[in-house]
Amino acid sequence: MSDKSWPIWEVFIRSKNGLDHRHVGSLHAADEEMAMENARDVYTRRSEGVSIWVVESKHIIASNPEKNGEVFEPAQDKVYRHPTFYNLPDEIKHM
Amino acid sequence: MSQQDKEQLYQYLLLLGDNAMILGHRLSELCGHGPSLETDIALTNISLDLFGQTRSYFQYAASLRDESVTEDSIAFLRFPGEYRNVLLVEQPNTDFAYVITRQFLFDNFHHLLLTKLSESSDENIAAIANKSIKEVSYHLRFSSEWMKRLGDGTEESRQKIQEAVNYLIPYAGELTKTCEVERSIADRGIGIESGSLTDAYWQNVSTVLKEATLDMPEIGWSQSGGKDGIHSEHMGYILADLQYMQRAYPNMNW
Repeated sequence: MSDKSWPIWEVFIRSKNGLDHRHVGSLHAADEEMAMENARDVYTRRSEGVSIWVVESKHIIASNPEKNGEVFEPAQDKVYRHPTFYNLPDEIKHM
Repeated sequence: MSQQDKEQLYQYLLLLGDNAMILGHRLSELCGHGPSLETDIALTNISLDLFGQTRSYFQYAASLRDESVTEDSIAFLRFPGEYRNVLLVEQPNTDFAYVITRQFLFDNFHHLLLTKLSESSDENIAAIANKSIKEVSYHLRFSSEWMKRLGDGTEESRQKIQEAVNYLIPYAGELTKTCEVERSIADRGIGIESGSLTDAYWQNVSTVLKEATLDMPEIGWSQSGGKDGIHSEHMGYILADLQYMQRAYPNMNW
């Protein structure tokens, strides 16, 4: 039962209805059922959530940090893309 | 409630609470020593569930006695012969296969028992059972899944889990062996005779073993005695660990 044979999974938890699932961490598990059980045991012990997603890490396509310059920097000098020129009503939460 | 009825109920609560407490203790010994971070946390969660259930039973039991008796005195200040847990739950954490098999054999019984107790005529016991059954459903799923994974896993895992099954099965028979206390308590509709669960128990156990591609050992003679306070050698060591603080420093508090 060496850890070598257990793939890594990413865990996403929705803390309550109406909110988005958020990445909370990762864990090891042999298959999807075990990943779900482990996620329950490791990440929801203190009533953190109402819904769990798990996905094997290898299925996540990540951006390459070496290309951060070309990927992200062009957006930095375009402040007009931020909705900072609008007044948000108080009732709108989680923006 | 007559004095005799009270005493029987008290003894029955010990019977229920001691299994949870001693198995909870065995699992707590693994805290920080589980084979992986995930299983370590899972086993410790189960341990804490069982301690929570133990407290409910012992608090209720203490309320049937005078004020000198508390949940702590029930847990920590009895002599070995006064503990009524089955021998299965005091068996050591030999390896992960033994831990899972012990859990699996107990969870199957525990789940059947709580299902019945949730309809107890005693509303405290019914309430405790109703709360506990959600926890125990999860324990049962956890241990059953692991039985299948280890049984249907690698050559080595299969050999180890089969060895644990062969070793522990003779201890399982005691779970469904009716004892004196249960007989009187069943007559009052408060609890049940464990013997009434025998068929369902072995049916459930053998179904999972089959799915796990494991051989079901022949069920013959079984170890017993725990329900009457006659324990295996392991019990003394467990109690030495559990009782040390209260014996060395009577009435100590955190």
